[in-house]
Amino acid sequence: MDIDLETNLPPDALDGMQHLVSDRAVRGETVLLNMGPQHPSTHGVLRLLLELDGEVVVNCVPDIGFLHTGIEKNMEAKTYLKAEVMTDRLDYLNNLGNNLTYVMAIEKLADLDVPPRAQAIRVLLTELQRIASHLVWLGTHALDAAAMSVFLYCFRERERILDIFEMVSGQRMMTTYFRPGGLWRDVTSGFEAAVRDFVSYFPPRVTEYDRLLTKNPIFLRRTKEIGYLEPEVALRHGVTGPMLRAAGIEFDLRKAQPYSGYELYDFDVPTHTDSDTYARYLMRMEEMRQSIRIVEQALNKLPLGPVRSNNRKYVPPPRSELGTSMEAVIHHFKLWTEGFIPPKGSVYVATESPRGELGVFLESDGGPKPYRVHWRTPSFTNIQILPILARGHLVADLVLLIGTVDILLGDVDR
Amino acid sequence: MMNEELHTIAAELKERFAADLYEFRGEVSLILKPEDIVAFSRALRDEYDFELLTEETAVDYWPEQTPRFHVVYRWRSLKRNTIIGARVLLDGNSPSMPSIVKVYLNANGFERELWDMFGICFEEHPDLRRIMMPADWVGHPLRKDYPLGYEEVQFTFNFDEIDQRKPYAKE
Repeated sequence: MDIDLETNLPPDALDGMQHLVSDRAVRGETVLLNMGPQHPSTHGVLRLLLELDGEVVVNCVPDIGFLHTGIEKNMEAKTYLKAEVMTDRLDYLNNLGNNLTYVMAIEKLADLDVPPRAQAIRVLLTELQRIASHLVWLGTHALDAAAMSVFLYCFRERERILDIFEMVSGQRMMTTYFRPGGLWRDVTSGFEAAVRDFVSYFPPRVTEYDRLLTKNPIFLRRTKEIGYLEPEVALRHGVTGPMLRAAGIEFDLRKAQPYSGYELYDFDVPTHTDSDTYARYLMRMEEMRQSIRIVEQALNKLPLGPVRSNNRKYVPPPRSELGTSMEAVIHHFKLWTEGFIPPKGSVYVATESPRGELGVFLESDGGPKPYRVHWRTPSFTNIQILPILARGHLVADLVLLIGTVDILLGDVDR
Repeated sequence: MMNEELHTIAAELKERFAADLYEFRGEVSLILKPEDIVAFSRALRDEYDFELLTEETAVDYWPEQTPRFHVVYRWRSLKRNTIIGARVLLDGNSPSMPSIVKVYLNANGFERELWDMFGICFEEHPDLRRIMMPADWVGHPLRKDYPLGYEEVQFTFNFDEIDQRKPYAKE
């Protein structure tokens, strides 16, 4: 490849991107460096074009799309139920949260009822999912700061949660367990014991991570006063989730607009005012403790009853009815061949994912397939704050900043 | 939720921008003219406390041409704890409309995605490049006239003919 000896750049290095770096880069006074897409600490396949002055980041241009899977386009070509399988693959650490958002959108579109037992199990499982997601975040975040052991502990605990998911849905990660109108089936007999076991097992473990990191001088120096984000800037950039709450703005959809029965549970939404990497770490640690509180409450008052709506136009009849009822056979046949047909219209439903506001925009044209699905994913919006956070910090800190935004490339690229 | 407050706001904005109002399942949306969108979003941000641009996306109604696209906006107000939506109707195959990046900075990513996926051009956007697809990609994948996938099968008699229009780097 030809390299311009004056600027040390290949001729097309800045093709169409001159306006994103400073003039000094064009003159060759600063160094342009590609970080990723194959880089272990970019948490997936994120490419960052860095402009460096020595070791200091002058500009940082995120380049996304390496994990683009065209899920929105694919969903348009499948029936509503088949399309749900793809929701698991979006944010692969928040599978049940994606399922929940999607089925809630269908339920809103079709005006479906959901029995209380299904609601409670949904809350319980999505909170476990939040803990699992935060555990992956904590493990990798600590790993970025070169604390290897925390990673091993976190994944040990996460495995227990995934075992519970496997118990109820048959899958550790790609669950597709929530269905429009309720759940795929009721939880298995060992479920309550397994969750109760986890509820007593987990809080001491959080304390353990606390002891490893919270007052660890190396971790403190790596995270304190790194990546300060002003609340106004956060709002103007549409940042949500723990990032926004660490900037002192209390916004949690579970409290603000409770869905799926969150109003029944007693929990706190932690906020912080420091708005640096350390504050965001503290926030997410506290969120894990609050989630386990919700899990415990949901388990203690888990109502009995059906887990699926009785609306046969959307929910398949139980297997036992198929032998005795002609109507059930017809419904079964229609649902598994053509699928259900919600009324024409469009809805937007948002839930609080571990990363922020996860929304789905669903438009129906009165056919059996969704006409348009748009995922408003928190990572896609939050990643755009990265250049602002990174400016003026060292490259080594940038690694921690990627961690503190808690992006997931499956969620960014969709 | 404070539905009455939302309805007053929507009615005021409807009057001011001569917009159409529609409601479905409790969600209020206004249908705006493309040239009003910047003033509208500025009014939402400064006068009605809608701090967050929640989403900006589009729907393609191909083969219909007038309008072919709806650009769908949604704003959230933390202070009022509510959501308001808007739609902008665009005609034709290569539509263009004003950008709201100057009012809500995170529209940057959304509008780049709309350009990439739908080919909707946003005037005065500071950085209108493709975001998901490679920079040399041809076409806009989320349009309804863009096929979902599948490659043309090349046989011996038409191998070269199909190869010519296949989108990969030649030589």
